Amino acid sequence: MKAKLMDFDKALELFEPVLGFEVHVELGTKTKMFSAAPNPAHPEFHGAGPNTLIDPLSLGLPGSLPVTNETAVRYSISLGLALGCEIATSCRFARKNYFYPDTPKNYQISQYDEPIAFEGQVEIELANGRRFTVPIERAHMEEDAGKLTHVGGSTGRIQGAEYSLVDYNRAGVPLVEIVTHMIFGAEHDAPELAKAYVGAIRDIVLSLGISEARMERGNLRCDANVSLRPRGSEQLGTRTETKNVNSMRSVERAVRYEIQRQAAILADGGTITQETRHWHEDTGVTSPGRPKSDADDYRYFPEPDLLPVEPSRELVEELRAALPEQPVARKRRLKAEWGFSDLEFQDVVNGDMLHLVDATVAAGAAPQSARKWWTGEIARVANERGVEAASLVEPARVAELQRLIDEGALTDRLARQALEGVMAGEGSPAEVAEARGLKVVTDESALVAAVDDALAAQPDVLQKIRDGKVQAAGAVIGAVMKAMRGQADAARVREIVLERASS
Amino acid sequence: MAQAPTDLTRLAGYELAGLLAAGEVSSVEATQAHLDRIAAVDGEIHAFLHVNDGALEQAKTIDERRASGERLHDLAGAPVAIKDVLCTIGMPSTSGSRILEGWVPPYDATVVARLKAAGLVALGKTNMDEFAMGSSTEHSAYGPTRNPWDTERIPGGSGGGSAAAVAAFEAPFALGSDTGGSIRQPAAVTGTVGVKPTYGGVSRYGAIALASSLDQVGPVTRTVLDSALIHDVIGGHDPHDSTSLKREWPSFTAAAREGAASGSLAGLKVGVVKELDSEGIAADVQARFQETVQVLTDAGAEVVEVSCPSFEYSVAAYYLILPAEASSNLARFDSVRFGLRVEQQGQTVEDVMAASREAGFGPEVKRRIILGTYALSAGYYDAYYGSAQKVRTLIQRDFDAAFEQVDLLISPAAPTTAFKIGEKIDDPLAMYVNDITTIPANLAGIPGMGLPMGLGDDGLPVGLQLLAPMFEDARLYRAGATIEALLADRWGGILTTQAPALRDAAPSGSSATTAGGAA
Repeated sequence: MKAKLMDFDKALELFEPVLGFEVHVELGTKTKMFSAAPNPAHPEFHGAGPNTLIDPLSLGLPGSLPVTNETAVRYSISLGLALGCEIATSCRFARKNYFYPDTPKNYQISQYDEPIAFEGQVEIELANGRRFTVPIERAHMEEDAGKLTHVGGSTGRIQGAEYSLVDYNRAGVPLVEIVTHMIFGAEHDAPELAKAYVGAIRDIVLSLGISEARMERGNLRCDANVSLRPRGSEQLGTRTETKNVNSMRSVERAVRYEIQRQAAILADGGTITQETRHWHEDTGVTSPGRPKSDADDYRYFPEPDLLPVEPSRELVEELRAALPEQPVARKRRLKAEWGFSDLEFQDVVNGDMLHLVDATVAAGAAPQSARKWWTGEIARVANERGVEAASLVEPARVAELQRLIDEGALTDRLARQALEGVMAGEGSPAEVAEARGLKVVTDESALVAAVDDALAAQPDVLQKIRDGKVQAAGAVIGAVMKAMRGQADAARVREIVLERASS
Repeated sequence: MAQAPTDLTRLAGYELAGLLAAGEVSSVEATQAHLDRIAAVDGEIHAFLHVNDGALEQAKTIDERRASGERLHDLAGAPVAIKDVLCTIGMPSTSGSRILEGWVPPYDATVVARLKAAGLVALGKTNMDEFAMGSSTEHSAYGPTRNPWDTERIPGGSGGGSAAAVAAFEAPFALGSDTGGSIRQPAAVTGTVGVKPTYGGVSRYGAIALASSLDQVGPVTRTVLDSALIHDVIGGHDPHDSTSLKREWPSFTAAAREGAASGSLAGLKVGVVKELDSEGIAADVQARFQETVQVLTDAGAEVVEVSCPSFEYSVAAYYLILPAEASSNLARFDSVRFGLRVEQQGQTVEDVMAASREAGFGPEVKRRIILGTYALSAGYYDAYYGSAQKVRTLIQRDFDAAFEQVDLLISPAAPTTAFKIGEKIDDPLAMYVNDITTIPANLAGIPGMGLPMGLGDDGLPVGLQLLAPMFEDARLYRAGATIEALLADRWGGILTTQAPALRDAAPSGSSATTAGGAA
């Protein structure tokens, strides 16, 4: 399965990469796109059991009918506006007909030639300071399909499976699909651009508050189209569409991988197959999916069960006026507000932690404290485990952790232990501290006793301090902290030692 | 007070409802009478696919509520038959197809829920052409329904079951659905009344879709007033159906009562559509139609000829739009979540889907799915589906122009009286053109009514169609009730009173009207 790869720089020397992205955003409305069934992408319904968030329409039962979710339409218009798009004065839904067991009606209600939003652009800024404008072709509304779990067989895919389970909770979740025009000129920055683009969409969606935008949960999904053409050629190469890229890091890796893979094939005189490809997070490779020709016939026709969506200009202007600032402008503002150095801020941005720090600050933490947690301990654990930092802990819990430190209830060290428990799913920081018995010993007599014990064990220390060698106190403080299993306030212990020396 | 009639099934729906409301007849008695009638004649007619074994229990509940002094709806306790295209909790809903055999929905269609809320008692589910595709009920997977006027003949379709049920006095009220004439054409050939409301006037939620942009649920009864009573119950906006109109409708019952009382059509301008009045209309149907025009004129109506030149393309356009939408609507019948499943060890899901659809769909359904799939295919869409939609616009314009000149349009509701079972089953085109008079209303979304206008040379019913502008359903009821009253005066009663007795039929009751003069 390991394909031959060409060195990245060599590939860029011979070929020009052309990119395109389709990003699906699950909207976090309370109900589904076309029915009153609860929406699993809404926080209230996380973790619901399979086939519990369903109704006649989610199952495509005979006689069921769709009704458009007006909140989803408003969210879609806001998103379209934030992408700099024009908003259609009238647009219809269309049926995309294809048979697949995760599609309960065997057609998907989508939009075809009349998207709600079209022709926009997204400004992004790369780590090297390069600014880039990604042209948006359209953003359209549609419904999600159910989820298949293939049982038996080695690959977990439908081929070779003994049977498959279908969960229709996701069927009908509101989606906006954002489609870019072809993106030229990214060159060596192509992989980073891919990551930055998805990050920009994520930031926009979060700032609008229309989705939790958690890639690992599928709230945000990216299909990356990559093709190469020989330097100097006008003609476009054959593209592949890589799916299942469920982290920003993966988007970057997958684009880099496809450039290297395609370059190796083309340089050998081979041809690229037009197909979808499947990204494998663990091995870092893509594998062939199904062939995808431009002639796939979905027999689109206008959805006769729904009326056209005709947003009034008043509504559009109301939503436009309520738009939050653009991500690039937001970055500049946050950097100034938080007072981070260039290096500190770049660290946050590169670690894709801007929204996490922002959310942590919003939950009450000081910016520097929030930054230290995310770029420090949490980033370390994320790296160690090879996962996204965001998947480890909620920003609100980080803020709570910091509050416990600020209140003197936990030391830094105890807080790291509490964080470990939070990441292990043991509850909130306060609950973990309670359950694990993590608390600063504030019992003064216990501390004094511990100090005296330590001083007795190291009789020369007091004299050294009295002689002006204050750093000698460190050995005693260490011994006390050890005796107290870390649950003492080191600063207070130091004070007690110095008091003893001066008495 | 007069004694209750011995045969409650012979009463018009409004008469029975009056006795129920007055407490002179209980719902249990009314329901039992109709269940007995079904038991006696339905072996021959086969109007019902399922008889509701909970009907008497529901009737009893209504009687108890009435006895406790609760104020009930005017129709509370009256029995009603429901076309099998409608979803009903507790009763199988198959749409006449093998692929849904035994499927019991977990929800009621909105129209069914509204009937229940009004206290009507469902007698059962009526037969129909599979997924409402047909004009004779011969395409039901469960065998044909027979016309109570002549059991060798078809009762029309697709709603032959509902029409036959009311014509055979198995139910006073029934529900139908009309995509291209499935309410009006069966009414015509069974001597009953049926109304296709304005598109969006009645909720489609829970009606198993044939062609979403054409389907409309409506009443099937023996009198115009009975249709109005049912229409008032089932109509009005439904938030579960996006195409349902948000508007206040006038009382159709009041319109029908006014019309019946007035006896005059003075001031009414009526148009005869030239294109629906020539080719393909049988001579006896044509003769009854001309006599009816005379009745209208005598009653003060001004009858003029109007032209709707695009109607000649309506059947062609209809048979592109309907199969296209149906091919998509019927895709969900794949055996994965409900319905028939045909599978063998080791088959893929695609194999199972294909085998189940192969076994579960009848030939007419397959024919239309193939037609529709083809019409929507890339490269053909503009030529077929696209062109058909343009024809639809032209037909709407024809109607607009016609209704600038006249208040109502009239035509024969079907080109012939009921044909024999088996006569056209192997000739789909002959079957399709049978709907030529009814299809334009569906394409334009306007309301239409089928009602009796006499008997043909063969002694079988001939139907009149009334068409009104969009939203003007009340106009149909007003004029329809007047025409019905004028004709009943001539005949000495409504047409169904002339229907021949059925074999095994219970003795006829003391109905005031008996078979009178011929048309």
